[in-house]
Amino acid sequence: MIHLQLPAALAALLAGIGVYGVLARRNAVLVLIGVELILNAANLLLVTAGSRTGAPFAAGPVLTLFVITIAAAEICVALAVVLVLFRTTGAIDLTAVPDLTDEPEPEPDPQPDPEPEPDLRGEVRS
Amino acid sequence: MTTRDIVFAAVGAITALSALLSVTTKHVVHSALWLLVSLGSLAGCYLVLGQELVGLVQLLVYVGAIVVLVLFALMLTRAPIGPHAEIDTPAWQRVVGALLGAATTVLLAALLLPLFSGVTVELDGGAPGGTPAIAQAVFGTWVWPFELLSVLLLVALIGAFAVSRLVLRSEDETVTARGEVRR
Repeated sequence: MIHLQLPAALAALLAGIGVYGVLARRNAVLVLIGVELILNAANLLLVTAGSRTGAPFAAGPVLTLFVITIAAAEICVALAVVLVLFRTTGAIDLTAVPDLTDEPEPEPDPQPDPEPEPDLRGEVRS
Repeated sequence: MTTRDIVFAAVGAITALSALLSVTTKHVVHSALWLLVSLGSLAGCYLVLGQELVGLVQLLVYVGAIVVLVLFALMLTRAPIGPHAEIDTPAWQRVVGALLGAATTVLLAALLLPLFSGVTVELDGGAPGGTPAIAQAVFGTWVWPFELLSVLLLVALIGAFAVSRLVLRSEDETVTARGEVRR
């Protein structure tokens, strides 16, 4: 027998810690760690609510598995964006990003959108 | 307080403490390692709650894959070793963040604790759902969301590849533009 108040309190605590982690970090990867903590709080809450007797369709654990899958997809794309940010600006400091991305924007940004496709075709032909 | 309550309190304390350390430590790599401890002990929480399958998937996907991805990203972005103050926002912003985090905790606790007050689950004779029930639900009720999730994973894979590739090309062009300016 287990009281479900403890898991609910832990979920609330993890969500708060995750919010602090998102707001208190400048490093982009460490912000993602805060996001992971918030997602885990949601998972714990789903498992807690799903372990109540009479939960239909095994919804708690199944939705937890779905959220874990979505978190894997999310972190995959997010880390790709972070790596691209690092390659273009040389840093993943989120407070410095607007200053650094404004510099290449005026000239190259209208160009790169139409240009990569001709580049691809040219490479394939050559 | 039953035995499960005491075990959950111990594992949950490890989870909360390591999560707190992972968002407050000044070492970049330690942050990812504390996240690993936190997610691993959260898998223990799932075990105590009677959901073995979710705990094992948590270990496999989160601890085995996501934390390793985070560590790879930290290595590829040349994370500094040793204490580094520049990974945090200024002090006033951290105070605001702590206030907002505490407010989130208080709000959620005020909502959830009355909801679960006095609710107990008998888990010692086996979980009410169990893994067979989860399997039947996944391939019965939830089969279409389950199939959509596999498509989502494929799209995320292609999306990550496309993002890294397309923006790399524009970065190459800016580099050549800068090189031309330099010449």
